[in-house]
Amino acid sequence: MALLTIHEPGQTPLPHEEERKLAVGIDLGTTNSVVAMSRNEKSEVLRNADGGSAIVPSVVHYATDGTVTVGEDARDLIDSEASQVVSSVKRLMGRGLEDVKSVAGTLPYHVEIPETPTDANAAEPQMVRLNVGNRVLTPVEVSADILRTLKSRAEQALEQDVEQAVITVPAYFDDAARTATKDAAKLAGIEVLRLVNEPTAAALAYGLDNGAEGLYAVYDLGGGTFDISLLKMQKGVFQVKSTGGDAALGGDDFDHVIVETILAARKEQGIVDTIDSSAAKRLLKIARAIKEALTDQDQVDVAVDINDAETTHRVTRADFDAMIAPMIARTVSITEQVLDDADILPEDVKGVVLVGGSTRVPAVREAVASLFEQEPLSNIDPDEVVAVGAALQAEALTGGSDNLLLDVIPLSLGLETMGGIVEKVIDRNTPIPVAKGQEFTTYQDGQSAMMIHVVQGEREMVDQCRSLARFVLSGIPPMAAGAARIRVTFQVDADGLLTVSAREETTGVEQEVAVKPTYGISENDMANMLRDSMVHARDDMELRLLTEARVEARRNILAVQAAMKADVELLDDEDTAAINAAVAELEAAMQGDDRQVINDLAEALDTASRPFAEKRMDRGIRRALAGQNVNNVSP
Amino acid sequence: MMTAASEQSKSNPSGDKTCWSCKGPVAAVALFCDTCGAIQAPGQLDHFARFDIPRDFNVDIDAVEAQYLKQQQALHPDRFATKSAREKSLSQQQAASLNDAFETLKNPVSRAEYMMRMNGVEPEGGEGQTVNDPALLMEAMEMREALDDAGDRAAIDAIIRDVRKMARDCEKEVATAINGGAYDAARKLTTRLRYLLKMAQEARAKKARLAAA
Repeated sequence: MALLTIHEPGQTPLPHEEERKLAVGIDLGTTNSVVAMSRNEKSEVLRNADGGSAIVPSVVHYATDGTVTVGEDARDLIDSEASQVVSSVKRLMGRGLEDVKSVAGTLPYHVEIPETPTDANAAEPQMVRLNVGNRVLTPVEVSADILRTLKSRAEQALEQDVEQAVITVPAYFDDAARTATKDAAKLAGIEVLRLVNEPTAAALAYGLDNGAEGLYAVYDLGGGTFDISLLKMQKGVFQVKSTGGDAALGGDDFDHVIVETILAARKEQGIVDTIDSSAAKRLLKIARAIKEALTDQDQVDVAVDINDAETTHRVTRADFDAMIAPMIARTVSITEQVLDDADILPEDVKGVVLVGGSTRVPAVREAVASLFEQEPLSNIDPDEVVAVGAALQAEALTGGSDNLLLDVIPLSLGLETMGGIVEKVIDRNTPIPVAKGQEFTTYQDGQSAMMIHVVQGEREMVDQCRSLARFVLSGIPPMAAGAARIRVTFQVDADGLLTVSAREETTGVEQEVAVKPTYGISENDMANMLRDSMVHARDDMELRLLTEARVEARRNILAVQAAMKADVELLDDEDTAAINAAVAELEAAMQGDDRQVINDLAEALDTASRPFAEKRMDRGIRRALAGQNVNNVSP
Repeated sequence: MMTAASEQSKSNPSGDKTCWSCKGPVAAVALFCDTCGAIQAPGQLDHFARFDIPRDFNVDIDAVEAQYLKQQQALHPDRFATKSAREKSLSQQQAASLNDAFETLKNPVSRAEYMMRMNGVEPEGGEGQTVNDPALLMEAMEMREALDDAGDRAAIDAIIRDVRKMARDCEKEVATAINGGAYDAARKLTTRLRYLLKMAQEARAKKARLAAA
């Protein structure tokens, strides 16, 4: 029999070695993705086989023969096979058509319009789909392909299976986008230990290195998203105080404004351009080169050739600064709002962390420095810092840690009430996990059902917020208007994911609601995708259930043995023999792969230890009674 | 005697209940089982009991926060990422209850309302409900006009200072009313406090808008 450690109450024991798997940190970015691994609080990014770049461009190529290529190789095909390459797919995660209209024109692939439901209330809008080559794909599937590549990169670098990960998301990601990200991981065969907000991960990377205390701001301007977060670090606890951002603002917008400027200049020269997707991609590539060159240079000259009409352009740093000034101003105003939410002045902030490739742009750095009146920190590579933090968190979750991350919900959650007004149930910046209920009533005599519409956002009207789910609480018995008491409970877990339940309090009619993610993927679609894309989906599920059975059995054994040690005087030989025999059988079964046998023998252990448990409870009661007058006990 | 007592399987006269994990006795208020170390369900603790402080409106919020962080260190779901589904779910419930307790006590308005409800008094005029105290309505109208008229940073700063002072004084009055059991007065004062804090926030927001422009 293996030696077992008995842990002090209240301490979280490390998982047993045999169940301890490698867990990595993944920054699933709009433009680039990075995977990292941490051991002993030292985190390193995982590079490709030849020790080159840590960055995997978030670009996927779908060949007509079904081959899927991810990363640099896919990015190299952007020009030649534009219609078969998907980039910046993160912008579409969990999004419906209405949301992407604004960006659709700038996307180099065709966005499929989901069927419009005839009755707006009968069906919810679906997530957008992409026409790529000869396939129709959801953003979730494309993201899953990127995640598979990161998983296999990690497995090659670590020479071990990798099944668990902490994946980062923008703090501003709503429930639909978070669910979509989790779905993508599921498709890629990755168990998500936790979704962590990107700025929080970045702060973690800096915090652990420097042992910092005080208030810190994380300014994260990536390819497609902007996030600003305020964190308080004290005694090993990282508390997110306030967070804000824009899910559709980033360095890609800098590229687009450069393209627009070039096209406007060509138009002035009398050139009429027709821009197909290949030309659009080439132009974006030129724009990116200009942007990157202007980080170190004051001006850059480029030649643009579309349909044999060549023009040359000179872009100076000052030109570029002027082009992007409105976008930078927007980030500054969001930052001020977030400071205000937390009732904090810029000078209270002890340090500012820069995250995201777009923070290399000098005008961005200058704006941040001037707002906070200090030079921002950037000694960790802004492209890698998020993955580094995610890896540290993955190690903390699997291996135990003295540090703790307390995060908040980024957007308020509410319900639609009369007249399309939103009644907020959980305010933004509330610490998670959280469970909150609110009571509603009927407004008509004899009303037997109630539509419950869950929305996320800060605006007062329903149509200005994001619709997350709708469901009907039915079976309310006939009552006068206002007599029913319907309690709707929102639960947000540590990943920031929501579940909702409703209950009529006077009768107990309950609606257990699987929140149908409005823009997410339905369970059916998910099952089909799993079938299509993963032959071993079933095995995978079995394996997970088996692991869970082993964890549960181990906990059972430890609990019984702890009790045997604590109350040894209550054990007679018969109990001891029965329990030890049951433990031995269960341990033997745990070496095997039959989940049912493990569960049955865990049940048998429970039965074998029942007489002992009863003696323990009886003694507890006797001890309590000994100190009391009989009159106090008998009713 | 024994029969009567063992019928109370969930909680016996000592306030113990049965630990779901090792099946032995565990104190009803315990976060973890003494014997096997398993996390327990949150139970029906009130917010003050959760932090082991007296039911007094005047709370040392820094001390409560230290206690809150210490408990989160042990109870947060991040500590249970590799544990069984049941332990994960209990940790989730515990951490949510703890967040609720701290958030409620942290803010003087929600703390006052919570204490009124504990004493069976329903607080008046939550957000969106009408307030019918003419004196407060008049005061509110005047403050709002003053804020609308304030055109520069200095003027808004002056308003913020005034409102903050009024809020602090009002909070003291709330404390006296609630601790003294004068709930009618407490209801009115809490409404005023809520209003003053909202004004301060609006003034700060206006200042931020002015700075951004």
